[in-house]
Amino acid sequence: MKRHLLSAADLTRDDALLVLDTAQELAAVAARSTVGKLPTLRGRTVVNLFFEDSTRTKTSFELAAKRLSADVINFAAKGSSVSKGETLKDTALTLEAMGADAVVIRHSWSGAPVNLARYVRGSVVNAGDGTHEHPTQALLDAYTMRQRLGRLEGLRVTIVGDVLHSRVARSNVLLLHTLGADVTLVAPPTLLPVGVDTWPCHVSYDLDAVLPGSDVVMMLRVQRERMGVTYFPSSREYSLRYGLNVRRAAALQDHTIVMHPGPMNRGVEIAPEVADGPRSTIVQQVANGVTVRTAVLYLLLGSAEPAIGAA
Amino acid sequence: MTAVPRRVPQTDQTRPVTGDPQAARSVLTAAEVARVIDRMAHELLEKTGGGADVVLLGIPTRGIWLARRLAARVEAFEGVRLPTGSLDTTLYRDDLHLKGPRALDVTDIPVDGVDGRWVVLVDDVLFSGRTVRAALDALADLGRPRAVQLAVLVDRGHRELPIRADYVGKNIPTSLRETVHVLLAEHDGQDGVLIGPAHGTSPDGANPDATSPDSASPDAGVAQ
Repeated sequence: MKRHLLSAADLTRDDALLVLDTAQELAAVAARSTVGKLPTLRGRTVVNLFFEDSTRTKTSFELAAKRLSADVINFAAKGSSVSKGETLKDTALTLEAMGADAVVIRHSWSGAPVNLARYVRGSVVNAGDGTHEHPTQALLDAYTMRQRLGRLEGLRVTIVGDVLHSRVARSNVLLLHTLGADVTLVAPPTLLPVGVDTWPCHVSYDLDAVLPGSDVVMMLRVQRERMGVTYFPSSREYSLRYGLNVRRAAALQDHTIVMHPGPMNRGVEIAPEVADGPRSTIVQQVANGVTVRTAVLYLLLGSAEPAIGAA
Repeated sequence: MTAVPRRVPQTDQTRPVTGDPQAARSVLTAAEVARVIDRMAHELLEKTGGGADVVLLGIPTRGIWLARRLAARVEAFEGVRLPTGSLDTTLYRDDLHLKGPRALDVTDIPVDGVDGRWVVLVDDVLFSGRTVRAALDALADLGRPRAVQLAVLVDRGHRELPIRADYVGKNIPTSLRETVHVLLAEHDGQDGVLIGPAHGTSPDGANPDATSPDSASPDAGVAQ
């Protein structure tokens, strides 16, 4: 049976914990190893199919696959036959014919990975689709939270900012709910999606009221490239009401960590002093990204039957 | 950074002794297991010149307990404390793609590492030799031991690779249709070695449990 990782909702609590525990063991293996490479996925092919710009996610998946000795093919939309008008389906069939064991896809269309999964025999991993989901980001965020705070159950997580355009927020809400954390979304009403009241989380417009009770504060990037119209009067006003500045950071509990999926707009949603401060996990998140994606590839490709994901 | 307690794989907690225990016959009693481990400890001291620089690495799951037992007996006999750890072979196996998914086991290498040490790998049953092959690869990624030896409680034959054990608790000639159950008090509540009829027949990778007494399959704990 083939399985995919298309949505954070594909993961049961046991699946998600298996990913985190596997990642933890893999991190220990990598720390001890003199070689830095494992033979586990020798002979398997992972295709990175990126229709949208990405630095950390693409590099992260590439490193993860190489760490397990898989062959990696990087397929960027620019310079490929996609720019000559090939459809997603035909691209998928081409990759299928080349024998890809896994396809890691990033696309600006919400739902593109689900479509792709219908055409290919290998496992599909969603590396971000439009404003929909980014499950491996949620997994690495959960991993980072557990690493820093020792638990996920009962953790109070506040996600702040452009929820409307954020696939990171949606995946995090779904996964953290599965793992027993208590999530609150904070954003101006214009940056909350329709139907957010049906998500398994709380919603607030008042950042200062929520911050003191938070164990984790996750700041989201204001995604100007996805904004056709103006959602708030000015960056300055957004920053004043929803930015994590030095004053707000001082109101946090001692143990509270500050996260950001990157890339950051320094001075807009997060002050540089906070981003570079001791609470910040931003660099740690990037390092953990490789580890968690290694675990995902191992669990999807490392056996006759994938260990996680949806059919 | 906060240490997170590792989850114990569920298969370890719920592991049944499969293969109809009624039909299984005892080959080693608890007293005999103890005697065999004592002898192996003596042999180890003899062959390694008193245990200097020796590191015992158990292969999960029962190999870890056996390594600790051996270390305890060596300490009782000679007062030497051998560093003891565990070595998970999962990521190095050659049969991963033939089997169901498996969670990783714990690898725990003593702080001084394996470089220049005399490493003794410890496992419960030696069968096809594929687990030991994977362990040798895993070990090579950790450093360069001066020498590597192998200690097993039971050698049941049917090797598929040119691998032999340096310390053998008991040679038990088996047919491929039989299973060998090693029971250890720390893990199974009692000591003993049983032979029962098999469900699988081949020691190669096609049989999900042939080479791994503790894979994630329902047959975990059985070396067929």
